[in-house]
Formats: sequence, structure tokens, C-alpha cells
Amino acid sequence: MSLLMVSNIIVMVFISVGVLFLAAGTIGFLRFPDFYSRMHATGKCDTLGIFLSCTGIALYTLQDGLSLANIQVSLKIMFIAVFWSLGGPTATHALLKSAFKAGILPWTKDGKSVIEWPPK
Amino acid sequence: MDKFFLTISLILSFLALICLYRAIFGPTVVDRVIGVGVVGTKTLIILLLIGFLYKRMDMFVDISLVYAILNFISVLIFSKYFVRKGVL
Repeated sequence: MSLLMVSNIIVMVFISVGVLFLAAGTIGFLRFPDFYSRMHATGKCDTLGIFLSCTGIALYTLQDGLSLANIQVSLKIMFIAVFWSLGGPTATHALLKSAFKAGILPWTKDGKSVIEWPPK
Repeated sequence: MDKFFLTISLILSFLALICLYRAIFGPTVVDRVIGVGVVGTKTLIILLLIGFLYKRMDMFVDISLVYAILNFISVLIFSKYFVRKGVL
């Protein structure tokens, strides 16, 4: 078993687990009953899925040899991953806060609202 | 390895396609906004994989970076200006 094969298997595991998380987020996004629970599914699963997939792709870029151009491209891909793990939750939080201010109430099973909104 | 990347790209394209259902038929405006955002995040990974398939990673990584920044800013702007009281 050569070193290249081990590296290929590591890359495949990273990208496959990332795509698994993205698929779970998509299923939750389609199946959940409420806007808030849909955001709960996508906001976390997309962040972790993109982080794992970008890590796998950056590792695969370094396989061609440790030249300066390859390291630069790999650092850029890791910058995308870090940027999205900071920016994705921020965007989710901002959208959720403005939706709550606009007056969408959380879903409950019996249809009764949990809180009084808007406050009098 | 090319076959693996092609398979992953096809799976991600299918996931983006079924996310488009929520972006078109979503009950509220906020569902549509988050649907477009989810399609954008999947496109980001697809662009990186297409860079491997065309052997031009140095070009496609910049496109993917710009796509990530635009996606983030567009969701922020939608949440600030489109979602107001009375719109929904």
C-alpha cells in the first residue's frame, strides 16, 4: 500500500462525509414543518459539510507536489472553509432574527403559540 | 479519482435540484431566501470539483471564493431589506 493510495483514501473519506452532511441538511430542509426548524437543519449541516469537503479538496491539491502554487491554492481553499464557518452561522442568525421581528411564530404540534408576539 | 469527483458532483447537483423545490414553492419569503442560499453553498463545492476535472484549479478556486463571499453578502442584504413586517 503506497503513500499515494493512503492519501487518496483519506481524501475520499473527507469528501464523502462532507457530502453526507450536506445530504442530511437537504433532507431536513425539505422535510421539517417550520421555517425555524428548516434553518436549524441547514445552518449547521452546511457549515460542517463545506468544512470537511474543502479540507479533502485542499489535501488532494497538495498531492501533486509541494510547490508554491499548490500551497497557495490549498491555502485559498482552506480560506473558503474558514470564511464559510464564520459567515454561514452569521448569515443564518441575521436572517432568523429579522424573520422573528417580522412576526413568524414557531411551529407547535397543537397549533397554539408558545409566546405572546408581538408584545403589547 | 476523476470518476469519484464526477460522481460527487452529480450527487451534489441532484441535491441542489431538489433544494430548488423549496426556493420555488416555499410558503414564505424567508424559505425562498434560505433555499437560494443552500443552492449556493452546494454550487461552491461543485465549482471546486469542476476545477479538478478541467485541471485548472488555480482559476476555479478564485471563482469559488467570490461565490462564497457573494452568497454571504446576498443573504445578509435579503435579511436586512426584504424581510420586514407586513411583507410576509
